[in-house]
Amino acid sequence: MSNFKLQDCHKKQIKDICDSFNNEPGELINVLHKTQGVFGYLPEDVQREVAQNLNIPVAKVYGVVTFYSFFTMKPKGEHAISLCLGTACYVRGAELVLDEFKKQLGIEVGQVTPDGKFSLDCLRCVGACGLAPVVLIGDKVYGRLDPSKVKEILANY
Amino acid sequence: MELIKLTIDNTPVEVEKGTTIYQAAKKIGIKIPALCYMNLEHLGIENRPGGCRICVVEVAGRRNLAPSCSTSVMEGMVVKTNTPKVLNARKTVMELILSDHPKDCLICPSNGKCELQSLAATLGVREIHSVENAAMSTYRKDASPSLKRDMDKCIMCRRCETMCNEVQTVGALSAVNRGFMAVVAPAFEQDLVKSPCTFCGQCVAVCPTGALTEVDDTNKIIRALADPSKTVVVQTAPAVRAALGEEFGLEPGTRVTGKMAAALRRLGFAKVFDTDFAADLTIMEEGTELLDRISKFLKGDKSVKLPILTSCCPAWVNFFETNYPDMLDVPSSAKSPQQMFGAIAKTYFAGKMNVKREDLVVVSVMPCLAKKFECQRDEFKVNGNPDVDYSISTRELAHLIKMANIDFASLPEEDFDQPLGESTGAAVIFGTTGGVIEAAVRTAYEIFTGNKLNKIDFKELRGLEGIRTASIDFNGTMINIGIAHQLGNARKLLDGVRSGMYNFHAIEIMACPGGCVGGAGQPYHHGDSSIIEARHKALYKEDEEKTIRKSHENPYIIKLYEEFLGKPMSETAHHLLHTHYFDKHKV
Amino acid sequence: MAQIKMHLLVCGGTGCRASESKRLVDELNAQLKANNLDEEVKVIITGCFGFCEKGPIVKVIPDNTFYTKVKPEDAEEIVEEHVLKGRKVTRLLYENPETKEHVSDSKHMGFYQKQVRIALRNCGFIDPENIEEYIVRDGYAALGKVLSMTPAEAIDIVKKSGLRGRGGAGFPTGLKWEIASKNKADQKYVVCNADEGDPGAFMDRSILEGDPNSIVEAMAICGYCIGATKGLIYIRAEYPLAIKRLQVAIGQAREFGLLGPKILGSDFDFDIELRYGAGAFVCGEETALIHSMEGKRGEPTIKPPFPAEAGYLGKPSNVNNVETFANIPAIFLKGWEWFSSIGTEKSKGTKVFALAGKINNVGLIEVPMGTTLREVIFEIGGGIKGGKKFKAVQTGGPSGGCLTEQHLDTPIDYDNLVAAGSMMGSGGMIVMDEDDCMVSVAKFYLDFIVEESCGKCAPCRIGNKRMHETLEKICQGKGTMEDLDYLDNLSKVIKDTALCGLGQTSPNPVLSTMQYFRDEYLAHVVDKKCPAGRCKALRSYVINADKCMGCTLCAKNCPTSAITGDKKVPHVIDQSKCIKCGTCYEKCKFGAIEIR
Repeated sequence: MSNFKLQDCHKKQIKDICDSFNNEPGELINVLHKTQGVFGYLPEDVQREVAQNLNIPVAKVYGVVTFYSFFTMKPKGEHAISLCLGTACYVRGAELVLDEFKKQLGIEVGQVTPDGKFSLDCLRCVGACGLAPVVLIGDKVYGRLDPSKVKEILANY
Repeated sequence: MELIKLTIDNTPVEVEKGTTIYQAAKKIGIKIPALCYMNLEHLGIENRPGGCRICVVEVAGRRNLAPSCSTSVMEGMVVKTNTPKVLNARKTVMELILSDHPKDCLICPSNGKCELQSLAATLGVREIHSVENAAMSTYRKDASPSLKRDMDKCIMCRRCETMCNEVQTVGALSAVNRGFMAVVAPAFEQDLVKSPCTFCGQCVAVCPTGALTEVDDTNKIIRALADPSKTVVVQTAPAVRAALGEEFGLEPGTRVTGKMAAALRRLGFAKVFDTDFAADLTIMEEGTELLDRISKFLKGDKSVKLPILTSCCPAWVNFFETNYPDMLDVPSSAKSPQQMFGAIAKTYFAGKMNVKREDLVVVSVMPCLAKKFECQRDEFKVNGNPDVDYSISTRELAHLIKMANIDFASLPEEDFDQPLGESTGAAVIFGTTGGVIEAAVRTAYEIFTGNKLNKIDFKELRGLEGIRTASIDFNGTMINIGIAHQLGNARKLLDGVRSGMYNFHAIEIMACPGGCVGGAGQPYHHGDSSIIEARHKALYKEDEEKTIRKSHENPYIIKLYEEFLGKPMSETAHHLLHTHYFDKHKV
Repeated sequence: MAQIKMHLLVCGGTGCRASESKRLVDELNAQLKANNLDEEVKVIITGCFGFCEKGPIVKVIPDNTFYTKVKPEDAEEIVEEHVLKGRKVTRLLYENPETKEHVSDSKHMGFYQKQVRIALRNCGFIDPENIEEYIVRDGYAALGKVLSMTPAEAIDIVKKSGLRGRGGAGFPTGLKWEIASKNKADQKYVVCNADEGDPGAFMDRSILEGDPNSIVEAMAICGYCIGATKGLIYIRAEYPLAIKRLQVAIGQAREFGLLGPKILGSDFDFDIELRYGAGAFVCGEETALIHSMEGKRGEPTIKPPFPAEAGYLGKPSNVNNVETFANIPAIFLKGWEWFSSIGTEKSKGTKVFALAGKINNVGLIEVPMGTTLREVIFEIGGGIKGGKKFKAVQTGGPSGGCLTEQHLDTPIDYDNLVAAGSMMGSGGMIVMDEDDCMVSVAKFYLDFIVEESCGKCAPCRIGNKRMHETLEKICQGKGTMEDLDYLDNLSKVIKDTALCGLGQTSPNPVLSTMQYFRDEYLAHVVDKKCPAGRCKALRSYVINADKCMGCTLCAKNCPTSAITGDKKVPHVIDQSKCIKCGTCYEKCKFGAIEIR
């Protein structure tokens, strides 16, 4: 799935995170949040290491990782594009904007551009319904979108 | 105890507070169909996720239907289990389940044994509304030496997950993914061999569909039997004789030892032997090891590890190699009876028969799926040739008998062949929880004390509770014994030993509920744990009827030592009958 | 220090921040400093004003001037004109869409006139990162009052107020507290459900961003009432600003002795921790939420046992959502009599709605229970965007249903919405106009449910997938009458058999649209037409021969060569070849291509 190689320094990072939560299995989701924050995603070996530290089966860790949409086992692009597909954005044409992003980037939802620059995902409601349709690129919110603006926005990156 | 009155399908019923509608209905002869729900009440195992929604019923005053498996009765409740609304809901849900289930029932390994199949018939599903391009949830398939996973057939009953996690605490399986693609799988949907799976097979034992099945080795047996260059011998484990009859419509608990021997002979095995013989041999080796460790311990030798743990159960061996790699010197080094048999057959017996090792094929019939894995372990091979070539389950044997057109019911009762077919009552009870240690105690007592036992039965070691403890008086020396069946209980017991809560001299552990009688290779119990109890009782009955009931009195065992092994734990015995363990730590 | 003469309140909610309100604040501060006014005029970043449509918003106190759509470039003019010279910047004032008059005071704006703000009482008025501002507005006074009562007395007040849970089904809050208080245990928990997952609902976030202390205070009150010393807030990780402000509020409350041991000198200890969600809608269901907090998959379990008996770590736990908690301090401060005087017979107080969709005034509003949909949509919401015709309003998110014209005068409360086939849910309100296809809308919600179903029970896991596929089939023009019967039966069975509240309500969007827009379903199935023209596969593109100039541009661009015709002669589309991609429609310079 990925070429990630777990190094000793990574093990130390994961151990520190788990220690900071007292290696408490109940803190698994918090641990995964922090770990994903460090690695950008959660490759298999990282999950094994977390399981080892928390003394729980890695099947459980994987079960949790695959349950929550926030966790990912694939690295994201340098700029993660998240298009809101909440109802407010939907009725204001978010689908058309999504189609345009796909066309411009040449990738499908959940994929990363070959140069690793952009990844495209959908999310449900960022709560900026007044600006619908909305897209997040990294932390930046772009609102009141229509397909014609997509190219221009991407040009900023 | 507070009693609750309610009516179910117009019949009044009074039950204890806390009873579910399902149980209350059962009490008055109403069997509500259920799918995910499973209650092995004799063993304290319950799976009740409330996920299949097949067991729904109508409760007056409630806005939706109630899952009867998990809805407690209330005073004055009026329940209807078969209204048009209920029947339609059940049938619709079943249609939905089938809409995401392969329709290859005719060639499915679970054909005829599938709970989903029979329930679909009961509910009268006749068509499935077709939606164009309807998605099917499909997954990576996996076959280990013991079990096969075809999760396309998974209906998310979660029974396997409960067995693997709550009961066995193995943690190889977990629910993964979400929504339509949710399924039970090892981490990363990787192969089971890469997971901490012990191959106990309890997931297979409870799977209501063909999603989890054993690896079918029957064709290998058929081919070997047809090969004129091979001498094919068979050994049968003690628990098989107490369950095989079920496959032929006999009552659970019916002993079919003689018919089984007759059937095996008719299948073409050159010799029909008994794993029980090897069980007696195990007692000689393991019992001697136990006495050796205890004597040294009593003399103050600090290097001695106590308690000694039994090592007959291959899933248990896998479990401690994976989970307790720091305690590899604690279990007995004695091989399991299956492997002791193989080692003796391919040396002592092959020599007697003047057959080359490579031309002797040893088949074992086991109540177990982990035995398939065990016989393939490298340490049990000589120059690549395994001591036991193939291990098949009780179910596979039944299948072989049926395929060979043998009418089991009309078979005569026949005896095992000699020299590897003679056994004692002590060996027979190996097939149930507490049996191995009772057999060991019978022998160890007499050797340790030098006295004859007045009372051969050690009732204090028997029962179906998950963890049992007893102290046996060895003529003034109290020997503390612990017994656990199901790996979760084993874990508790072992953690208790580690923490100093327990102080045992010997511990018997069996991975499956009830011991081998509840093994994953046995005929499916379909959630009825009284079947396991009946097999358990049948083995004690067989023991009772045996003339020789102590392993060290088995004349062929005595002869084996005289002719071949010397004495227990001799160099030859050590070489052939003992093994060592490996650190296989996995998460 | 100079006395502060004027406050400039700038909305710092997520919506307005997205429109650069942060840069606006910097710019205002710079301008004030340049004019040596930074001692007298203070810029405060507040929580959401609610009027997101017109954001970023700047409100000037004391004169209540309400500037809309303010850009950083406008800062100079506001400071020079308004602050220095006292002249309002007219072009930034709100314009009444009917009279075209500029309204300077928010009190006179239709958007605010009908609103009654209890849960949102402080949003847009205080700096959410300063506990003192909350305290000045009577913050933590309710907690002080409650600590002088017995827990039973305090619970009684909540019961009498008639407050019902604002997160979904509307379970009476006081009763919930009472049950939790009566269960004995060595440890109990107060849990705040801030896992706002309904697409198009953002009231909880606005409250947390705009008035986090009200939640901290309410949780402490609840803890005292039920005998819990620990509080947990389960919040979406997607809400970084709300998380930050909560952390600030909790930290400040500890400093002020309002959290921690011996609160306000009493014997009551209480503290709060945050737990983060990780993107699973089903975790809004309380048993699923609890499993998620325990580090497990967020799958619901059968109730009973209810969380009040066995919740977090098996201990009695009381779960309420953000908006429910936000009402609590007000109830104690102003009395249950006051609270229960607002609303309808069975639904007391107010409800916050997130107005969105095809409506002029998108934003967050709070109205008394019993306000009609017409008042909300047309008076507060300012009617339909672009003068289009109102078609439906979807309430309650994926668990709710679509209501129509015939419901516009129905007073909104829990029971009326359920009777109409929808539900209150968390309060999302999405308005749709004539261009929206109701089959597609139903499909949109099903798509959401399919994506978010936990997969535990068969009806939800497989049933909703099949419903979605069937709706897709209908939108493709391949639907049959049997499909409609199939949808109807599946909807009812899922409602009757699904495990959790989310599964049981998941067919509502389909059931309500099938009930109120059956004609539209029939048009798709029988006539193979989408009246709203939204379903691509059901469109047909035709060339209006009167307008076609025969320029050949459409024919050149058609990917399937479906268009033929000679130069300067009207072209024709071969419907059997047309894949309805719409390229010709986009390319035609003469508007000759029509969608039928």
